[in-house]
Formats: sequence, structure tokens, C-alpha cells
Amino acid sequence: MKINFHHSQAAHCENGVTSNLLRFHGINLSEPMIFGIGSGYFFSHMPFYKLNGMAVTSFRVWPGLIFSRVTRRLNITVRRRKFSNPGKAMQELDRMLDKGIPVGMLVGVFHLPYFPKEYRFHFNAHNITVFGREGDHYQVSDPVMENMEKLTSEELKAVRYAKGTHPPQGRMYYITSLPGQIDIKPAIIRGIHKTASDMLTIPLPMFGVKGIRYLAKRMRKWPEKYGNKFAALNLSQVVRMLEEIGTGGAGFRFIYAAFLQESAEVLGKPWLNEASKDMTEIGDAWREFAYQSGRHFKNRNNGDISYDSLADRLMIIADMEEKVFEQLRSLRP
Amino acid sequence: MKINEVPQDGAFLVEGKIRDLCYVVDDKGHYTKVLSKGWTPKNDAIRLAWNMIYENAEEIRRQVLSGILSPIALFMELNVMDVSILASYTGLPRRKVRKHLKMKGFRKLSPEHIRKYADALNLTVDELTDIERIRRIEIKHEN
Repeated sequence: MKINFHHSQAAHCENGVTSNLLRFHGINLSEPMIFGIGSGYFFSHMPFYKLNGMAVTSFRVWPGLIFSRVTRRLNITVRRRKFSNPGKAMQELDRMLDKGIPVGMLVGVFHLPYFPKEYRFHFNAHNITVFGREGDHYQVSDPVMENMEKLTSEELKAVRYAKGTHPPQGRMYYITSLPGQIDIKPAIIRGIHKTASDMLTIPLPMFGVKGIRYLAKRMRKWPEKYGNKFAALNLSQVVRMLEEIGTGGAGFRFIYAAFLQESAEVLGKPWLNEASKDMTEIGDAWREFAYQSGRHFKNRNNGDISYDSLADRLMIIADMEEKVFEQLRSLRP
Repeated sequence: MKINEVPQDGAFLVEGKIRDLCYVVDDKGHYTKVLSKGWTPKNDAIRLAWNMIYENAEEIRRQVLSGILSPIALFMELNVMDVSILASYTGLPRRKVRKHLKMKGFRKLSPEHIRKYADALNLTVDELTDIERIRRIEIKHEN
């Protein structure tokens, strides 16, 4: 069974799967649109939540939220399933493919054969679409890949049942019905308001604009707390999260700028173009932070860059993000 | 980022297969998409993380060869796993996995458990248990 499915590369896997699934069902939305409507933009720095023994820093919302928000805000009905039995999970996938329905699913990247080795770590919230089966091979649209890929049923089963933190447990999802008419304007406004409130109003230090300042504060203490070597590793992990495959550059800040630019036209609000420019500057400031950080952790004796100077940069970025979202918060229909 | 500023610092990504999709501003100020082969700060961050793993692995190998740690500890490190990930792949309790990271605990393992570990670590049973092979394997980065 082969479904006529169009694979289109995206910066980020969840945006890409959502966008590709919607396109299959006749709704053409760009990746930035998906990301903006799904309120994907975020910041968090969570010392209580570790990856490789280091605090997790994230520039986006929790995996799965973008898909669920986009479909909810566009009144699209979806079905989501998980299976304790791998055999059943594969059977149900085959049944959907036989019906001609492409299926999105969560997989672990560690065993994905087509990924470069250096990128394979135990991350279990990668999204792909399976849209066909030929003999023992499944046709896979992985949004971060330039072309379509193939996996054998054994390989697919292995990645769907990856183990470790947040195992995917064969989770899959697909679109079941669409509303008669899609109106993206209210969805854009909902999306922007949610992101503004996520960034500005969560009363905890780890999240939103406060989270950036929190990271800055903690970063100043890294060298004495962790020693030079582990401090450098922590800094490099922030850079990886910022620029790792799938952020579109600068921790999704450029994707969001693209979204604001597109929204300016859709909503007929030229001032959003200004907000988009501000957002581009924020992205550039993050890139500069990454560049300086890179110089610092590569050559630890660099005189002019210190954890303090990097933290100062973060404080400025936090102010810039706060200013943009204060404006966006006042967006009215 | 402007369209002419997109870095193309190749290291780990493969052109025509997997590259970073970047959103950038063109000459007229419009957002557009460009593929990038990589960027030095990010490549360095990835390299640093792997070098740290290889450094740890070298140290673990020394301890395996002197009979303190078990080969499981070495391959766990090389598979970027920790005790809880390995426990979930083998289906064994973490407490047991910790024991088996020591050579003393490893020697007492049943063939069935050895097989479980070999599967979880993507190895054959021979590869997991052959200490001479462990002495010889090359632990380093190609890039």
C-alpha cells in the first residue's frame, strides 16, 4: 500500500509532521505558521530535570504540544494511541495504511539507522510520518531528512519501542476529521497570546523570560561550582540545545520571526513586521551568544570571554524578549 | 541571520541527505529557507560531548583491564547510556545493573543475562566478553 504523500523537509520534526499531515488532508500551512499557531516558542532551564547529568535547557514547549494545539485551534479531530504490545502497534499501523491514512508517530533517535552517528543519543520524542509499506519496508517521511527514507519492520518496531526516559511506547496519531472551513486568523491570535503568557507570566523562575535570567544567574556560578571542565560541558550543552538540528537557527527564534512576518500579512497588521524584525535581532543575539560560548568552551583560556560576560549577554536577550512579548500580548483581532 | 551569513561548516551532516534547515532573511527583508552543512560552535559542542565520552571510556577501559570494572560499564558509556537507560533496555532492576558494572558482579552473570546485555548494547556475546578485543578496540573520534 502506497499513499500519495508529499514529503517536505522542515527545520523541526514536530512542525514538519504536523505540516505534512495537514497538507495531505488539503490544508497548506508553512512550518512557521504551524510553530506559531501551536505556540511552540518557549524557554526553560530546569536544574531538576537532567540530560547527561546536566540541567536541561529548552527553547521550545514540551514535545507533542505543537501538534495538539494546532489541531485543537483549527478544530481538527485527531486520534492518538499507544500500545503496550509492539505486535499490536504494528498491526494497527498497517490497518491505517491500508485505509490510506498517513500516520504520525513518536520514535527514539538512538536506533534510527539513517541518522548520523554523532546525532544519535537517547532522545525519545522524535516525530516521523509513516505513509506506506512495500513488502517488509515502511516508507518514512522524517521531516529533518532531505528525502524520504525506508525502515524495515524490525527497525521501525525498535525505534517505536525505544527505552529510557519517556519511552514512546508505540505512540501514534492521525487526523480523523476536518471542519468544513479553516479559519487561521483566530488561531494565530490564540497562538501568539499563549506564547506571550508562557514567556511573561509563569510564576516560577525556570520558565519564560525569567528562565533566561535564571540561567544567567546560575551560569555565573558554574566555574566555581562545577570546575572548568564540567562548566564548559554545561555551556556546550546549552549551545547544542540552541543550535541542534531542528531549531531553524537560534533556538526557534528565526522560525518565530518568519511566523510573525507571515502573520502581519494574514492579519493585515503591519506592526507585526516590526515585531518580526525585533525577533530577528533576538535570534542574532542568541547566535552571537552561541558563537562566543563556542570560543569559550573550545579554548578555556580565552581572556575576553567569561561566564560573567556570557551571562550579561543573556540578561540583555531576556530584556529584548520581554519587550517583544509585552507588545505581542496586546495583539487584538 | 541574513541569507549570505548562513554558515557551511561541514563536519557531521551529509549533503543531499541531512542538513540543517535555517530560516534567514533575504535581500528584501523576507524570510526564506536555506540548508546549512553545519556551524563551527555547534560542531565544537558536539565534538566536546563526544570527546568527554571517549575520555571516560578510556578511563573505564583501564579499569576493565585491571579487573575492577566490567565490559558492560565500557559499552554503556560508548552507547551514551546511563544505568537507568541500560536497566530499561535489559529489563533488569537498576540495583542489579550497578552490580554488573563491576567485574566481580559481571563474572557471576548467567549466559542468559549476558545475552540480554549484549542485545541492549548492540553487541554479540563474544564482543561483550572478549577482554582481548576490548584491549584492542579503538576509542576515538573520526572528525
